[in-house]
Amino acid sequence: MRARTFPRGVHPPELKQYSSSKKIEIMPPPEKVLIPLLQHFGNPAKSLVKKGDKVLLGQMIGEASTLFSAPVHASVSGKVLSTDDHIHPSGSPVPTVTIANDGQDCAFFSGEKTADPLILDQEEIRQKVKAAGIVGMGGAGFPTSVKLTPPKDKPIDTVIINGCECEPLLTADHRIMMEFPEDILLGAQVVKKAVGAQRIIIGIEDNKQDALQTIQKAIQENTMEAVLLKTKYPQGAEKNLVYALLNREVPRGGLPFDVGVVVQNVATVKAIWDALSRNKPLYERVITVSGSGICDPKNLSVRIGTSFQEVIDFCGGSKQDNNVMIMGGPMMGLAQWSPLVPVVKGTSGILLWSDPAPHKEYTCIRCARCVQHCPMSLVPTQLMKLARYEHLKEAEANGILDCVECGCCQYVCPAEIPLVHWIRLGKNQVVSQKRKKSA
Amino acid sequence: MMSEKAFLIRSSPHLNDKDSVPKIMYAVVLSLLPAVLASVYFFRLRALALYGTCVFTCLVTEALFLYLRKKPLRSLWDGSAVITGFLLAMILPPSLSITSAAIGSVVAISFGKQVFGGLGHNIFNPALVGRAFLQAAFPVSMTTWIPPITLKINTATFASPLGNLKFQDAISEGTLTPIKDLFFGNIGGSLGETSALALLLGALFLLFKKVIDWRIPAGIIASLSVFTGVFWVFQPGNFAAPHFHILAGGLLIGAFYMATDMVTSPITPVGTWIFAGGIGIMVGLIRLFGGFPEGVMYSILFMNCFVPLLNKFTRPRILGERKKK
Repeated sequence: MRARTFPRGVHPPELKQYSSSKKIEIMPPPEKVLIPLLQHFGNPAKSLVKKGDKVLLGQMIGEASTLFSAPVHASVSGKVLSTDDHIHPSGSPVPTVTIANDGQDCAFFSGEKTADPLILDQEEIRQKVKAAGIVGMGGAGFPTSVKLTPPKDKPIDTVIINGCECEPLLTADHRIMMEFPEDILLGAQVVKKAVGAQRIIIGIEDNKQDALQTIQKAIQENTMEAVLLKTKYPQGAEKNLVYALLNREVPRGGLPFDVGVVVQNVATVKAIWDALSRNKPLYERVITVSGSGICDPKNLSVRIGTSFQEVIDFCGGSKQDNNVMIMGGPMMGLAQWSPLVPVVKGTSGILLWSDPAPHKEYTCIRCARCVQHCPMSLVPTQLMKLARYEHLKEAEANGILDCVECGCCQYVCPAEIPLVHWIRLGKNQVVSQKRKKSA
Repeated sequence: MMSEKAFLIRSSPHLNDKDSVPKIMYAVVLSLLPAVLASVYFFRLRALALYGTCVFTCLVTEALFLYLRKKPLRSLWDGSAVITGFLLAMILPPSLSITSAAIGSVVAISFGKQVFGGLGHNIFNPALVGRAFLQAAFPVSMTTWIPPITLKINTATFASPLGNLKFQDAISEGTLTPIKDLFFGNIGGSLGETSALALLLGALFLLFKKVIDWRIPAGIIASLSVFTGVFWVFQPGNFAAPHFHILAGGLLIGAFYMATDMVTSPITPVGTWIFAGGIGIMVGLIRLFGGFPEGVMYSILFMNCFVPLLNKFTRPRILGERKKK
């Protein structure tokens, strides 16, 4: 079978060998968890608890405030220590519920198998997914219930399950596919039912042949298909994945809905299945702890709210003096300045390494490598200049809002210009100007 | 406990491939080595003197401007001034005086590059600006060619293959330079353009390393071949064959080393094809119908002017963008 792919993109060193063959380990819950009320794209959840309250494992401690929001749940049982602001992986302080673990793990939910979730109707599925606090676990954290609610005028025919894990170093999705193939396929069927699609395609990069075989073995329905994709970054970016698998182009400014597709990450569909089959809310997730600075790289099942420091210590601590700590993958992850930030729903990995020489920036020599590698066919160097000199109208006309911030341009830039930084800044300015105009 | 101050805060991506501006520049310098060595073989000390003068003068001029513009002196070693020095020397007649070569180098760096703001900001290829100036300032010595030492001919002047074609009726006289000589370089001409073989060796290296965009040499060679081919097919008695035009004069050095200058060539794929096609046709026009025997320099400088426009009007179609009706 020839691996499918999209045009352009890059192929950074994969570096997955540190952790790809390591089984998912369960990290014991920490003594204290810090659970931010904002762990998703949208509005923060509204706190349901106050200092001194007793909470149970899986109890809802923050409720969704609006449609674009998601509830959060306690990841241990114990006493609420505070509901003050605390640093968050996004960089700014966020209202956070701190819970002292009583070590009992008294569960709020039964955890027993429910009746077959596949008999639920579409609305019931959405309600349960929303109540379980499930958000996209690839990193962006889009509330999943919203993604399961396609507009009436946009019929959905295909559900794509994203098993690409195209970011270097990360292996959490790989391990989930290896160890829970049935859960993924059942969760995918729930999604298929919720959006009324006819078929499911699971896309897996060809550096994970074992995962492809495992999934293929588990497939029993003929409406499902596991498809091999070329190992190339950003194969897992929604628009590129839809193009690679279906040859459909998501229109500019549009969503996969517009071409009849819903894309869900493998970890998300597993969480959906856990929520529907065992009433288990999203209070833990699988992350990859890796990088040259980690003594013993692992794939870990971690409670939400565990601090990075504790996770790193559980992996044998750090090897050397490290100066780079990333949440997520090395291409799109967020640099962290404090090891005290908690693991959140969108934390796919914790990476640690040392970068001895900060890069020197040169002026753009117009080598056009960014143009040759942009998976969205943009002209990044031009967008960078337009953003830098605040020619916002022209930047918008040249597609600055189409940028997915994948970082291919900056990866190949020989002048080491922080292209993504400038483009991101330009995007923010364009969006805020548009808001002002419409207000 | 890890210290909190030690971590770098920066925007993603956190990885970068190993290439850098100086690495690209020195790869180009390295690729010029076969042609430089060939010219030293053909012209001996004259070649060494010209390379030395041009590279040295370019570096001194660059340093002076960096100092005047209060820019970090480390940019001197990014390799761009060294390339300009080598390239300029390679497109000068071997008999040119050291003084003229030095003047050309000063003009190349100052008016070709630094007045626009230095590396990355210039519109025209600096080495070609230097040569264009010398052509205007010293028209006689810039069109006087000497035979390579390896030919053991003891004449002061000697026609270049293209001059021979234009002014001596070489086709009807049957004195057209043989393709074999054009290929190996045993001919008169500018210092570094004589041996097609040496230039192609370096070009292969650049193409393999993906330093230069293959579309540019491909487009130039294709359009020149078509243009000269049409005339040659219908009137072989009056016009030289396309492969003669490709191997003669400065076409190869222009197509592989001058037009491919990243700063002065378009960044969009469509723009690149138009740019390359334009150069090939201009070269054909000048060589076949113009007053000069050679037109590579003016063709590239002419098309350099259009690069900003080409970039503006040939933006690639964004993924998901509907075609305009």
